Amino acid sequence: MADKKSDVVTSAGSAVSRPDRLQNPGFEPEHKRVQDESPERARGAERGISLLFALSGILSAAAFTLNFVFPIVPGDLMSTRYNNMFVGLAIAAGLLCLGVGAVHWAKALMHGHDLVEERHGTRGDDATRARAVEIFQEANKESGWTRRRLLRNSLIGALVAIPIPAVALFRDLAPSNRPEDVLGFTKWEKGVRLTRDPNGVPIKASDVTIGSAFHVIPENIIGLEEGFLNEKAKAAVLVMRLPLDALNEAEDRKGWSYDGIVAYSKICTHVGCPVALYEQQTHHLLCPCHQSQFDVSNHCAVIFGPAARPLPQLPITIDAEGYLVAQSDFLEPVGPSYWERLR
Amino acid sequence: MSRTQNRKGRRHPLSSLVLILVGLFVSGGAYAAVTGTATAADAPVSASQIEDGKKLFASNCASCHGLSAEGSAAGPSLIGAGALSVEFQVGSGRMPMSGSGPQAEKKPVQFTQPEIDAMAAWVASLAPGPAVPEASSLTGGDASNGAELFRVNCAMCHNVAGAGGALTEGKWAPSLRNIDPVHVYAAMVTGPQNMPVFSDLNITPNEKRDIIAYLKFLDENPSVGGMDLGALGPVSEGLFVWIFALGGLVAITIWLSAKSN
Repeated sequence: MADKKSDVVTSAGSAVSRPDRLQNPGFEPEHKRVQDESPERARGAERGISLLFALSGILSAAAFTLNFVFPIVPGDLMSTRYNNMFVGLAIAAGLLCLGVGAVHWAKALMHGHDLVEERHGTRGDDATRARAVEIFQEANKESGWTRRRLLRNSLIGALVAIPIPAVALFRDLAPSNRPEDVLGFTKWEKGVRLTRDPNGVPIKASDVTIGSAFHVIPENIIGLEEGFLNEKAKAAVLVMRLPLDALNEAEDRKGWSYDGIVAYSKICTHVGCPVALYEQQTHHLLCPCHQSQFDVSNHCAVIFGPAARPLPQLPITIDAEGYLVAQSDFLEPVGPSYWERLR
Repeated sequence: MSRTQNRKGRRHPLSSLVLILVGLFVSGGAYAAVTGTATAADAPVSASQIEDGKKLFASNCASCHGLSAEGSAAGPSLIGAGALSVEFQVGSGRMPMSGSGPQAEKKPVQFTQPEIDAMAAWVASLAPGPAVPEASSLTGGDASNGAELFRVNCAMCHNVAGAGGALTEGKWAPSLRNIDPVHVYAAMVTGPQNMPVFSDLNITPNEKRDIIAYLKFLDENPSVGGMDLGALGPVSEGLFVWIFALGGLVAITIWLSAKSN
């Protein structure tokens, strides 16, 4: 041990210099493939590749034939499935054989010597550089770029003006309406009946038995020629009836339900998925997209997940004939929360 | 009975009276047997069946639901649950539960059909409740209308292809593939466990029949788009693509760049 140490360190303060530059290992000896060394193996590879090409041809022909073996019969959806599946598989397998054969040819049989190509410098020689400058000067003289200044400056001015229309075009990509204007108002208004989605049958309070969940749209959008889906998407409501003792209502919302029947917007306040997974014993509403959970017994307060605020409640009551009607529109915007939103 | 008295021509003057009496007796007796049921069950219920049901209930269900089905901390009251609830819960193997958990699991049915009918008869005799519908009211629906109703009312929990899905806190909506139509009907009417009730005033009996027809269509028609991978949507499809499609691409890339030996 002591001997070895004395080899390296002679005395304190004297540095030992070692050659620390990486030695160029040079190129690896050229890799010989089995096909290079054995003509027998090369012939084997050749046979294998030509077999792949032959198989590819057979499969392409098979794809053509299978189109008639499994024809598409109008009205029979399964025939389309089998036609697509068999024809597609045959075409895909044929192309795969062709590709595998071509790659295998290149890798196993084509000329495989290593090549060395030296990099050249990026700087051109002096003659080339002088000629380049000369070309620029000639072009300047011929076009009059520096001499005809009016021409040049008007061209630059025109080029600067070109992007101006884009300002207006890109501005129009933003929504023309403020989101508050779009989502703040739905078709619900005083006296509009709650009707069943999709058939528009009005709902009597007595129809909604305890534990029921009704999927509801406002009566006044039924038959809308224009914008039906947009209006439905905003106004969709879930109506549930809870046992009265399960419902904890805030003082200012006492009059918004009717005998345990409550109506909440079905549009998640997170990113707007329909929240309709109602559990009638726990009174939880689950959004299937990101697992936000709302507690129906406490004004749909968020109890889990990414939603930022409770689902908006639709104030309801009944009309003279006993049908459920809205007292007003939602009192806050429905749908996803976004960053400009006030509440 | 009265038939024997008229060999030719007119019947005995009293025959119609006898017929009316017989008819009244039969229908009244049947009605009394299935008191409170809106639609009559297939077989009339006898007092001995109710007695059998009571015994079966006492030995298998009463530990949670109470001796007179009044309920306890462990299980809800079954007064007013009706024959249909019993048919669903016991006939699908959910009851009796093997242990307490987030939700009663389906398992092999524990009773024979006559035993289930007997328990159903006893529970139905306690108080009026939904009855088992006639088999004829469960077939022949319009699958197209059923599909629309299913998308509006059922698909959010049970998945549009009826494959089921997860709910909160360990609960789940079961798959609806190859379910007995009576149980589909019963689930809508009775709202088992956390499923909301879809009463006849919400989804009419005809619409229920349409939904059953849609589920039957799903059972009988395999996915025309190819393998449905459990019909779970982006989860199973994404997993498949990540493992097999991307894995295949990685394997091909490695092969392309490797030197031939």
